[in-house]
Amino acid sequence: MKILTLRKVLFLSTALGVVLGLVILLSLTMGSVKVKFTSSMMILFRSILGLEGGGTETEQAIILSLRVPRALLAGLVGAGLSVSGATFQALLRNPLADPYILGVSSGAAVGAIVAIWIGLGILSFGLPLASFVGALLTILVVFYFGRQNGKIHPNTLLLAGVITSSFLSALIMFFLSISQREELHTIIFWLMGDFSFSDYRAIGIIFPYLLFGVFSLYFLARQLNLILSGEEYALQSGVNVERLRLLSYLLASLITAASVSVCGLIGFVGLIVPHSVRLLFGPDHRLLLPASALVGASFLIASDTIARTLLAPTELPVGVITAAFGGPFFIYLLKTRKVVKTL
Amino acid sequence: MIDVRSVSFRYRKDWVLQDLSFEVKRGEFVGVIGPNGSGKTTLLKILYRLLSPQQGEVLYSGEPLKRMSRTEIAKKIAVVTQEAYSLFPFRVIEVVLMGRSPYLGLQVFEGERDLAIAEKAMAWTEILPLAERSIDELSGGERKRVFIAKALAQEPEVILLDEPTANLDIHHQIDFLDLILGLNREKGLTILMATHDINLASEFCDRLILLRQGGIFKTGHPTEVITEENMEQVYGCQVWVGKHPVSGMPRVSLLKTSLLKKGILEDGTLERDREGKS
Repeated sequence: MKILTLRKVLFLSTALGVVLGLVILLSLTMGSVKVKFTSSMMILFRSILGLEGGGTETEQAIILSLRVPRALLAGLVGAGLSVSGATFQALLRNPLADPYILGVSSGAAVGAIVAIWIGLGILSFGLPLASFVGALLTILVVFYFGRQNGKIHPNTLLLAGVITSSFLSALIMFFLSISQREELHTIIFWLMGDFSFSDYRAIGIIFPYLLFGVFSLYFLARQLNLILSGEEYALQSGVNVERLRLLSYLLASLITAASVSVCGLIGFVGLIVPHSVRLLFGPDHRLLLPASALVGASFLIASDTIARTLLAPTELPVGVITAAFGGPFFIYLLKTRKVVKTL
Repeated sequence: MIDVRSVSFRYRKDWVLQDLSFEVKRGEFVGVIGPNGSGKTTLLKILYRLLSPQQGEVLYSGEPLKRMSRTEIAKKIAVVTQEAYSLFPFRVIEVVLMGRSPYLGLQVFEGERDLAIAEKAMAWTEILPLAERSIDELSGGERKRVFIAKALAQEPEVILLDEPTANLDIHHQIDFLDLILGLNREKGLTILMATHDINLASEFCDRLILLRQGGIFKTGHPTEVITEENMEQVYGCQVWVGKHPVSGMPRVSLLKTSLLKKGILEDGTLERDREGKS
């Protein structure tokens, strides 16, 4: 009988990991400045081995200080948003749920805007820190209002999140309407999602949160399967539903907060990646979570590469690409994959 | 084995269950019947602690249910309620393996032994050929069997059933109850079943608990519980209670009461049978 085992998960993850590796390599060779494929590979592998050279100094700078951190950051954010989206869909038992549905993103945006307003944006860590704080505050507020008799109830949580989100959106609009031109530009780019400021420090900031969040969620994966059939069913199967909801809410929110704090709001990834992976590999979270992470990483790196090369030297917001390419692909999957099959 | 001690429960202001006490012995097949709103489902939910009573307590093999952990409860009590539908459909084998959940703890994947137990449960419920099918492709009767197999994979001592035969045709009703009776007689599982189908309950259960307005109106062997007087008092309608032609268990027949009262319909049949009985 075919059942999901650790071996199958590792096998598929390795396969998806290879794809991710190829996507990263490809993204390094593409950009507004032409760097030959061979020299970019040389630069990369020599630097991994701790050596210098492999191309001109400019080429080295472009590959190592611009494209590598950018690809890594996009990969981390893509992985984080996809895992978080899959978790929220299970937690809220709602296929429309995504990482931003409970207002974490709006909270982060308000934090970022406040930082831009009071001039913190000049400091390189000011924006991410402010938006992270904004997101964390929102997580707590939504959690506080989303409980009934001390228990998390999915629909109450959803309503609390959506309403908090609307309120914060009103704040964002207010700030936008009174902003000056130069602030406006920064804010709008942040709201559309932007990887152009990627550096190794941003990676260092979010990596621990993502690693901790994704790793912890994986131990809840089997129980997330049960909660898909509702609270009663999970309880009957011996799941401590309260604890599961609390942990998955906090972990998924933390991942989202860390992700948006370094690159702004990139839409659509957290919604369509989990659904696409489900259509391809089935709904079991023990496979869905790692597969979503790897597919999400590849997808966002690819989207970002297209965003910065399509109209080079002009950069498009990456959100434009995730929606424009991801949407039709998702519809294609939805229409062609009628039967859901697991490995 | 299950000891319900003066349990009272209310959702808001009004008591749904009031001072309910009864005991279920190991290996019994007990039916809970009663009109809509008499507290059947609430009672079942209290027995696996989805709800906690405001007064009284439930003991399981002498141990208070409220002191047991979720996993301890799930290892002893399996529940099959109306359709548990998943947001995204799983395959049959995956659903049955979910029954192993209380035994796995932090372990993410099921082991060989879990698979063997799941396969045995599927063999017992005759759904092995369906193992790879998606649960949403199955008929209502097949799905019921899947959830029984999942319950069996929990290796429980007790199975609680809520309206198990609702939405099933007569063939599937009989198939399903035969299966449950087999679990009771051959595997020695204790069964507690809430149902609206008085005739099926009469036919299959060792003992019935008749609820009225959150209290026990009568409990005992089906012949003691299903009488015209009891039915009339609890359900508030006139019925005719006869005997099952084969098993001899009581059988309730419904009457067109209002037409009889108005004299539009003659109750000749009724009179004749009453004479025949006496």
